[in-house]
Amino acid sequence: MALPDSGPTNDVNDVLVRVQNLTKHYPVGRGFFHRQHAVLHAVDDISFEVARGEVLGLVGESGCGKTTTGRMLVRLTNPTSGSIVIDGTDVSSISGADMGTFRQKAQMMFQDPYESLDPRMTIFDIVSEPLNVNHIGNLEQREERVAEMLTRVGLAPPATFMFRFPHELSGGQRQRVAIARALVVNPGFVVADEPTSMLDVSIRTGVMKLLAELREEFGMSYLYITHDLAVARYLCDRIAVMYLGKIVEIAGSEEVIGNPVHPYTRALISAVPVPDPAVVRPIPNVRGGVSKPINPAPRCRFYERCPAAQKVCKESDHPELREVAPGHFAACYIL
Amino acid sequence: MNELATSPNARQSNGEGPRFDPGITEPIWKIRWKMNMRSLAQNWEVFKESRVGMFGLMIIIAFGIFGLLWPIMINFVWDPLVYHPVVGFDPIMMHPSPPVAGHLLGTDPIGRDILAQLMFSTGREFLLGVLSAVISVVVGTFIGAMAAYYGGFTDTLFMRLADIVMLFPFVPLLVVIGSMMRLDIFSFAVILGFLEAFGGITVILKAQALQVKVRPYIDAARVAGGSDLHIIRAHIIPNVLPLSFLYMMFNVTAAIVSEATLSFFGVLNIDMSWGMMIHTAETAGYLFDFGKYWWLWAPSGFFITLFCAAFYMVGRGLDEVVNPRLRKR
Repeated sequence: MALPDSGPTNDVNDVLVRVQNLTKHYPVGRGFFHRQHAVLHAVDDISFEVARGEVLGLVGESGCGKTTTGRMLVRLTNPTSGSIVIDGTDVSSISGADMGTFRQKAQMMFQDPYESLDPRMTIFDIVSEPLNVNHIGNLEQREERVAEMLTRVGLAPPATFMFRFPHELSGGQRQRVAIARALVVNPGFVVADEPTSMLDVSIRTGVMKLLAELREEFGMSYLYITHDLAVARYLCDRIAVMYLGKIVEIAGSEEVIGNPVHPYTRALISAVPVPDPAVVRPIPNVRGGVSKPINPAPRCRFYERCPAAQKVCKESDHPELREVAPGHFAACYIL
Repeated sequence: MNELATSPNARQSNGEGPRFDPGITEPIWKIRWKMNMRSLAQNWEVFKESRVGMFGLMIIIAFGIFGLLWPIMINFVWDPLVYHPVVGFDPIMMHPSPPVAGHLLGTDPIGRDILAQLMFSTGREFLLGVLSAVISVVVGTFIGAMAAYYGGFTDTLFMRLADIVMLFPFVPLLVVIGSMMRLDIFSFAVILGFLEAFGGITVILKAQALQVKVRPYIDAARVAGGSDLHIIRAHIIPNVLPLSFLYMMFNVTAAIVSEATLSFFGVLNIDMSWGMMIHTAETAGYLFDFGKYWWLWAPSGFFITLFCAAFYMVGRGLDEVVNPRLRKR
C-alpha cells in the first residue's frame, strides 16, 4: 500500500460526519443479585453534522458527555443506539479489514500529552505506529513520512527528535508529537479531545495556531472538544454547547458567543473573564450544582438550575432543538 | 524548511514526488541498537548505585566462576575415579572424612569429595534456577497481559487457576508430582516454571498490566488501528516487562529452594545437587549430632542460602532500576 493521499476538497457544504440520535447509557450499580436499577445517560439522543473542512466545537462542563461523544465517533466506545456516518461509512457496522480503512479516515488527539505517548517507545515508533499497524509503506517511506510530519508540526530538525523518548520532551513538544501521530495517515476527520487544555498557557497558543494551520493545509474537519469558550471561538466554525448529555445550542461560533439564546449558554459566556478590571461581570444567575445524569427526570435537563424556568419546562420532556435563527438551533421552550 | 514540509497535494505521485529527507544517516536498526545500549548503560548506572544489588551480583559472578571451574578441575586436575561427584571414591582413608589436604571440605559417608560435589552442582543449580524463572516469567507475563487486557472470561479463568495453584501447598504438591513421575533437572525446571507462572506471578503482573491498560496511549494505539495482539505485544508487555524481570530474580530463589527441599525428600531423579548432599547426610544417619559432621551439610546449606540471597539482592537492586521512586536521587 502506498502512503495515504486524501486531497482536500473545496466543497465546504459537503457533509463529512453525520451523527443521528447518538445515545450512550451506562448501567449503574448492576449487581449479581439485583437487576440494574439505574442508568447513567452520558450522551442522550444527540444529532449533529460536520461538513468537510469544518471545525465543530463541542463545549460544555465536565461530565456533560463531550469526551464520550468523541470516543464514540472514533469507535473507542460503542454507542447504545444511534448512527454515526463518517465519509460514507457507518461507524458502528465496521468490522475486519474495513477497520483499517476507517482508522485512516478518522483519528483522535488526546488530552494529556504526558499519558497519551507510550513511555517505552521512541518518537519515531509512536508517530509511525498508525502506518505500522495499517501496513502502509515500507520502513524507508515511513521514516520519510514521520520526518515530514514532525517537521510540519514544528519539531525540526526531525532527526534530533525521532529517536528520543517522550520523557525527554516538554509538554508542548509531546502534544506536537501526538498531533503528528494523529495526522500521519492523513485523516479527513480528527476528534481533538481538549488537546490544549493540559498545556501551559504560553505553549497553548502555539499548538492552537498549529492546529488551525494544519486544518487549512490538509483540509481536515475537526470535532474540537473543549471547555474553553475562547479556544472554541478561535478555532471553530460552529459551536455546539452540551449540557448533561444533550446538545442545548448549536450555531456559528460568533453567533453563539455574540448572541447566545439558551440560558445555559448565556451563563457560560457570562462566566468568561474579561481582561479589563473596570468591567464588572454580571453574576451568572444559575442555581445549584450540576444535575445528576443518572435516571434524569422527564423534564428539561437544565430545569433545576435555569433562571428562566417555567411550568412548561417541568411538565414536558427535554425540548427538541429548534431553529431560532437561520443556522442557529437551541433547545429551550421559552424562546 | 517550507519547501520540505510538503502538503498532501504535493505527494499525489505516490512516493515518486518530492522525497523528504529525514536527515538520518544511519539505518534504523543501528540507531535502535545504540539506543538500547544507551538505556542499558543508564540502567547499569542506577543499578551500580545499589550496594545490595552489586554485592549480590558479585556473589553470583563468584558462583559462576566456581561452577565454570568444574570441567577444568575434573578434566585436568582431579582424578575422576576419586573426585567424581556421584561414583567417586577415595580408597586411602576412612569416610566420612573431615577436611584434609586432598579433600578441602572432607568427604561424604560413601567416600565422595564434598568440594567436587558442590562445584559440580553449581552449574546445574544455575540451569535449574534460570530456566524455571525464565519459563515462569515469560508465561506469567503473557497470561497476565492477556487476562488484564481481555478481562471477562479469560481473566476469571486464569485468576481462579492462580487461586487454585496458590491454594495448593507448594512442596507437598511437588512431592506428589515427583512421586508420579521421575523428575530430572529439566522436567523439574519446566514444571516449577509453569507452576509459578500460573500462580502468584500472574496475579502480580496482571495487576501491573491493568494499570497499563487504562492509559490513554492504549486508546491511542486502538485509534491508530492496532489489533488486540499488537496492543498487548507493543504496549502492555513492554510496560510490564521491567517488573517481570524483577520477579524473575525472585523466582530463581524459589526454584533453588524447592529443588533443595524435594531433593532432601529424595523424590527427584537428580544424581547430585546441593539438596541431594544434605539428603545423603541425612539418609546415612549423620545429621543426628549438630556440628559433629558439619562438613556434610554446612557447605551445601551455606551455598543454597548464599545463592538464593545473591539473586534476592540482585532483585532488590533491580527494584531500584524498575521503580524510580526507590532511587536515592
